Amino acid sequence: MNSELRDLYQDVILSHYRQPKNWGDLPDSNANAEGFNPLCGDRISVFLRVKDGVLEDIRVNGCGCAISCASASMMTEAVKGKSVEEAEVVFEQFHRLVIEGEAQEDDDSELSALAGVHEHPVRIKCATLAWHTLRAALRNEKQVSTE
Amino acid sequence: MKIAAFPIQTVQDQFPILDRTVRGRRLAYLDNAATSQKPIRVLEKVDHFYRNYNANIHRGVHTLSQEATKEYDDARETVREFLNAGEARQCIFTKGCTEGINLVAQAYARPRLKAGDEILVSTMEHHSNIVPWQIVAEQTGATVRPIPITEDGEIDLDAYQAMLSERVKVVAIVHVSNSIGTINPVKSMVAMAHAVGAIAMVDGAQAGPHLPIDVQDVDADFYTLSCHKIYAPTGVGVLYGKTDLLQSMPPYHGGGDMIRTVSFSGTTYADIPSRFEAGTPNVAGVIGLGEALKFLMGLGRSRVFEYENKLARLAEVKLTELGGIRIVGNSKEKAGIVSFVMERAHPHDIGSVLDSYGVAIRAGHHCCMPLMERFNIPATARASFAVYNDEHDVDALVQGIRATKEIFG
Repeated sequence: MNSELRDLYQDVILSHYRQPKNWGDLPDSNANAEGFNPLCGDRISVFLRVKDGVLEDIRVNGCGCAISCASASMMTEAVKGKSVEEAEVVFEQFHRLVIEGEAQEDDDSELSALAGVHEHPVRIKCATLAWHTLRAALRNEKQVSTE
Repeated sequence: MKIAAFPIQTVQDQFPILDRTVRGRRLAYLDNAATSQKPIRVLEKVDHFYRNYNANIHRGVHTLSQEATKEYDDARETVREFLNAGEARQCIFTKGCTEGINLVAQAYARPRLKAGDEILVSTMEHHSNIVPWQIVAEQTGATVRPIPITEDGEIDLDAYQAMLSERVKVVAIVHVSNSIGTINPVKSMVAMAHAVGAIAMVDGAQAGPHLPIDVQDVDADFYTLSCHKIYAPTGVGVLYGKTDLLQSMPPYHGGGDMIRTVSFSGTTYADIPSRFEAGTPNVAGVIGLGEALKFLMGLGRSRVFEYENKLARLAEVKLTELGGIRIVGNSKEKAGIVSFVMERAHPHDIGSVLDSYGVAIRAGHHCCMPLMERFNIPATARASFAVYNDEHDVDALVQGIRATKEIFG
């Protein structure tokens, strides 16, 4: 694998892709949304259980490429247990990371592995699909498209 | 397998873009079904037009306009020859295949269709041969019905026969599938449509670059081309139509060059083809198209078909040998297009890995979402071949796929 590919497909990304976390349905969810990337046809669903302003539980499912699946899986770990406001902040940080390639100085989370996506503009929508879907679910919008 | 009798080196020498590298590697351009690269003679022809006789066409009395008009009209004659149309005026220049289909939907079908009428399209159609029919169906109360396809990606001719009735007014089918390469039996499908009184439109976007085309033999009522896929500049298409049908159709766009006389008490329209070419056309593009078609006809289209097909089938064999790869679309009659999926890697990931090896393919639904749904897959990776591809391109593809397998297991 050349260095460019190694930056894009880091081990942590491949590991989340192979064994995604918080994958499946959430029968007692009280918020959800469906995200669609018309560029590649990927669809992803996000289910949330929000109680007293806290994201108690989250599940995602849907099929997609390694970048979209890994990003979705990491996202669930990054926001689970956080307040809705905190989740919005994580969204903004992640957005800056992949759009501008700008990492938080103290960011030692797995999410920083997705910084390499910044170098592959056509893949940014893959990385952000789950996140836009999460935000739609938090804001009670049922559907989102990354067009 | 050694492929002989095709002057591949001479052909490659005519495509300056092949000299560049991508990510430090030799470019293996296998996204030809999206658009083809342009030979130097086409680039020079367009350049020469702009440098020496750039002018608007028709009615200009000055020398430059006359020269431009002659080249424009000559290109139409070249298109006639390319399609084996009866007359050059049956070949209308559009801005692309999509516009040709919309033109037929709006100018032919819309005034004629009524509630209860049916339009048949196949499940493997590009969105551009579905959506214009859905629009006209909504306008007229007609319905669009999809002709099913088999697991191998062939049109189910028995099902098609069963769907044909006097209610069917239009059959719109693709000659060669852009997604899976199937060559459809358009001649017999057109005859079947005619037997119930329907007209048949053939989308030749992918047939143009790969196959010899004879619109009279196929007996198509309408036939469209996308010229940037046939080594010509972007922004040019061709719509062929039977003379009596074209003459019976109202204009699609209004404007200059499509009229005979204009007054506020009434306007009379020009004869074909001008009636459908309102406004200043893509003069440079059309002149470039003429040169591109001469280039392709000069190579001999049967020979081109055979050459590209050998490469595509070689790629299929080599990819299949790697294991974990499934070719999507195994029609008996197939052009130089290879669509595939991998067990563990999504087409987008395949595309990114291949790009790092200098290999350009397409990953996605190829504007054929109903077809993807039919095969229950979100997307495929597609390698499509052109006259300048060779066995090194196949090897680069295989090497990139091997790397994809290493990453994704």
